[in-house]
Amino acid sequence: MKTKEVMVLEDLLGSNKKIANQIRKKLTDKGILTINLLSSPGSGKTTLLESLSEILAPEYKMAVIEGDIETERDAERIRAKGIPAWQIITGGACHLEAKMIGKLFPKIPADLDFLFIENVGNLVCPASFDLGENIRCVLLSIPEGDDKPKKYPKAFTTSHCLIISKTDLAPALPFNIEQAKKEALEINPNLKLLTTSAQSGTGIKELAEYFIESLQKIRRTNA
Amino acid sequence: MHELSLIANLFEIMEEKAAEKNARKITHVVLQVGKLSGVVPELLITAFDMYKKDTIASEGKLEIKEVPLKILCRDCKTEVVKDDFVFICAKCGSSNLKTLSGMELYLEKMELEVD
Repeated sequence: MKTKEVMVLEDLLGSNKKIANQIRKKLTDKGILTINLLSSPGSGKTTLLESLSEILAPEYKMAVIEGDIETERDAERIRAKGIPAWQIITGGACHLEAKMIGKLFPKIPADLDFLFIENVGNLVCPASFDLGENIRCVLLSIPEGDDKPKKYPKAFTTSHCLIISKTDLAPALPFNIEQAKKEALEINPNLKLLTTSAQSGTGIKELAEYFIESLQKIRRTNA
Repeated sequence: MHELSLIANLFEIMEEKAAEKNARKITHVVLQVGKLSGVVPELLITAFDMYKKDTIASEGKLEIKEVPLKILCRDCKTEVVKDDFVFICAKCGSSNLKTLSGMELYLEKMELEVD
């Protein structure tokens, strides 16, 4: 018996990345824009999707994949808006992985315009897992505090868009929106910045327009 | 705590490579973990020790090599190791940067016992 050293150099996330790339290619080829929503629990992802559906659903076909540790509640809220929704119950896992999205693949209608994936509420773990999305959006709500970008850098460095949500609460809380934007841009100078309030409706239209423009962009590239 | 999922992936790779080499045991495993990889090295070790029971690496030890976050400014060509996560060149103020290292989550090498 002898010992032997073997060089490997393999990515622990390699298998996830491979599945994610297959998902992205298949969905993009069909002209579907996929958006991965990431944030802490309670920053308003589901409420934002409900508000967005009011603007998008009359003209576009959208569907939602909901990731939660337990319950079907979020998917039920989305279905109540007349939008198809599938719930992934992770049973304890703190994030979604590409293979979980892959399993749902046969259910996804080919004529969709937008596929939203609402990740498990967690600002740390989901940031490491590509789900095959075209756009990753991180939400930061006013009650969470403006210091989050630098405390949770990976969620912000890997995202394309930052949505500062619940801005109707800004007058009541010491959240400095300009400071949060500045710090987020220091971490990721390419971030698209948007502010929304699902309660007052502020910024929802601009967010919908950003998604529509991104959809048109992938379709132009396909053509 | 997504470290356990990552360790499960690690064991898949380890077991496949060990089988290729007809190894009897895996005694030592070296991981490269980037500063911006989003994982906690101590938790990886805890997860590894939980997971290794009754596997080919049941007596194996996990070693973690931390990889610094290194960026290159495409404009002034300065290369810097960052301790913060500010992606702005400290020398010329440009944000036209390239990340050279710091995102790694790699199985670098293993030590095997073979016949």
